[in-house]
Amino acid sequence: MNENNRNWAVDPVLSVEHLTMRFGGLVAVDDLSFDVGRGDITALIGPNGAGKTTVFNCVTGFYKPTEGRIALRREGTVSDAALAELTRGGQQYRRADDGSIFLLERMADFKITEIAGVARTFQNIRLFGGMTALENLLVAQHNELMRASGYTIGGLLGLPGYRRAAEAAKEKAIEWLRRVDLLDRADDPAADLPYGAQRRLEIARALCTNPVLLCLDEPAAGLNPRESAELNTLLKYIRDEHGVSVLLIEHDMGVVMEISDHIVVLDYGKKISDGTASEVRNDPKVIAAYLGVDDEEVEEVERDLDVATAHTPVQGGAL
Amino acid sequence: MANSTTSASANRPEGAERLSEERREAMRGEPPFVEAPTDDTRLVRALKEAGVTAGLVAVLTLFFFFFRTDIAVGGLNLTVDPKSWIIAVGIAFAGRFLLTYFVFAGERPTIGGWKKVAAASARWPIGKVLGITLLLIALTLPFLLMTLLPGQDRYLLDLSILILTYVMLGWGLNIVVGLAGLLDLGYVAFYAVGAYSFALLATNFDLGFWICLPMAGLFAALWGVMLGFPVLRLRGDYLAIVTLAFGEIIRVVLLNWYDFTGGPNGILGIPKPTLFGLEFSRGEGSFSDFFGLEYSSIQRFVFLYYIILALALLTNFVTMRMRKLPVGRAWEALREDEIACRSLGINTVNVKLTAFATGAMFGGFAGSFFATRQGFISPESFTFIESAIILAIVVLGGLGSQLGVVIASVVMIGGIELLRNLTGLQAIFGAGFDPTQYRMLIFGLAMVLIMVWKPRGLVSTRTPSAIYKEKKTIGADLVAQGEGH
Repeated sequence: MNENNRNWAVDPVLSVEHLTMRFGGLVAVDDLSFDVGRGDITALIGPNGAGKTTVFNCVTGFYKPTEGRIALRREGTVSDAALAELTRGGQQYRRADDGSIFLLERMADFKITEIAGVARTFQNIRLFGGMTALENLLVAQHNELMRASGYTIGGLLGLPGYRRAAEAAKEKAIEWLRRVDLLDRADDPAADLPYGAQRRLEIARALCTNPVLLCLDEPAAGLNPRESAELNTLLKYIRDEHGVSVLLIEHDMGVVMEISDHIVVLDYGKKISDGTASEVRNDPKVIAAYLGVDDEEVEEVERDLDVATAHTPVQGGAL
Repeated sequence: MANSTTSASANRPEGAERLSEERREAMRGEPPFVEAPTDDTRLVRALKEAGVTAGLVAVLTLFFFFFRTDIAVGGLNLTVDPKSWIIAVGIAFAGRFLLTYFVFAGERPTIGGWKKVAAASARWPIGKVLGITLLLIALTLPFLLMTLLPGQDRYLLDLSILILTYVMLGWGLNIVVGLAGLLDLGYVAFYAVGAYSFALLATNFDLGFWICLPMAGLFAALWGVMLGFPVLRLRGDYLAIVTLAFGEIIRVVLLNWYDFTGGPNGILGIPKPTLFGLEFSRGEGSFSDFFGLEYSSIQRFVFLYYIILALALLTNFVTMRMRKLPVGRAWEALREDEIACRSLGINTVNVKLTAFATGAMFGGFAGSFFATRQGFISPESFTFIESAIILAIVVLGGLGSQLGVVIASVVMIGGIELLRNLTGLQAIFGAGFDPTQYRMLIFGLAMVLIMVWKPRGLVSTRTPSAIYKEKKTIGADLVAQGEGH
């Protein structure tokens, strides 16, 4: 694989460095480091209990990591020296025209979404079930609308500035509803939508916060093949048209292999592989982790694989 | 809606399509689940069930109604009273017959008719019509009472003022419990803070009602924030217990801080509100003198009535407005899912604090009105039972529903008063029946029945705060109830 394709090494939007998360005696994530390239779709895969969701919760601030640094470069490039200085200085973030940087492990969860621009969805969908699809997307634009409403005072008085902002927010929500094919269900309560539609609505809601990094926790879980294909199209659209970097956890290898620019594989909280889809697919350690082979047998698998690839190149979906 | 169904079926793979068609084929025609009972069997069935019910009641009430023992000189005296026993059995028979014949065994559910009515009047939904009617009645009530019931007008006007006070308190608490989903069992604390703020400011600094009103609201809001901070991290039952304790702390402090609050003696001589400096009293410079009217004590009641009406309407207006603002939407989102809120960049601490502060502010307004109406306050007026009544109004009315709170206040506060005068019941239970002794019993029973009939309150549907094309009300089963319910 050509080194130039390794966008994540050149222009990372998120750098996870030496991340460790312990729950009592249990080490869920152990000294994990990886980068997420700007404008890439990065997949975090691994067997059940590998620590993927823990990594997500650390990145989005729902857990405070035991050790490690999680740096988000919102725009531009920041030198490592500047990053080190910020880390030593004890600040949470630095905003500058030549490059803003946010140390996510130091920030509160809602601040990460509000100012650093990381949005997430949940493994078990967390929509506001009693509110309509449209309202769900309006709640996501809370901070913008709060400022426009003069922290409620201007909105109470019905100032024109707020009315314009409210209209714009509704337009934006409607645009996203159209994009995820839910416009005709805009006035239906979210809990009434079918499962696949709820997944799409949750993604649209996360995008309404204007993120630079979108974290999706198993977005294809429970979708039928057709819906999975639609999800792929949607994710590519988000990446290509909106320039949003995507980090996703996924078990559906069809989705992962097709759309991922970069795959990180975890097992027992440790990174066992990191690279493009084809690199990871042929990695004997990954195969061993997925097939449940003992450590001693890894080399054996490796040998077998070399023999196999020598004859016929491995096709997609081998995992 | 039609669009969505077609697109959904278009999405489905072919196999599923065929299966569902087969299923539809199998169930063609009217659903044959239940045979509609014919009139004959219906009548027989109703008579049979009514007979069984009457028999049961006859046996059960035999020793309560038929035989009676009264304490007499030298022991007990047994009397036989077949009349009331036969009446009880008759009521049971007739009631069961009517229920079985018309409600249970009807050809279609009785509710169906109502749904049709509701659908037909989509442009004028029943809630809107009812709301406007109630508003018009409320605006003209003093004059209606004075012309229609001149003998009882003062009593009824006073009762209306009391009901409106509870409407306002219910609306205030509705923000915290109904919208933000934070169960607050100590709401009376803010009512007390408002009342004491006004009373102390007025008696110590000689300030009038209109200056003190906003200050009382601000103080109460401040206390709302102070309560908010410690309970921010609490959820569910724990939140309810801490708010309950907070309400008691305020009352106990008021009771024991003798030098400042007067302790159990309370505060006397709280000034009455004035209309631009015109007092409602006899003599020079009073309201009646200025307008050349004959003095009547009812004028003050009418004035108080309009003050509380205006305050209540202000509460309603602000709440309805806030529901459509980002802060109100965040309250409802908080009730639905706090973690999702935080994942969207919403500072849930601020959202909770604004809910507590806003709710408390309206409680404070109502409190200072209470103080000026009574002219005297003491910690006695701010016991836990007040919190419970206000919460009962909100729950009975339906969490988050403004109209529900009004109906529940009228039913609860008006109902308790009404039962006091229900001498008509003496015709059934005999001349010795004293309705005032049984009113709480009857009232409690009525509440239980209402909650059985409508478990999520009288008005349990939710109206969306933003609409794309069509306004659809959201059923209670989808709306989360928040913490501690």
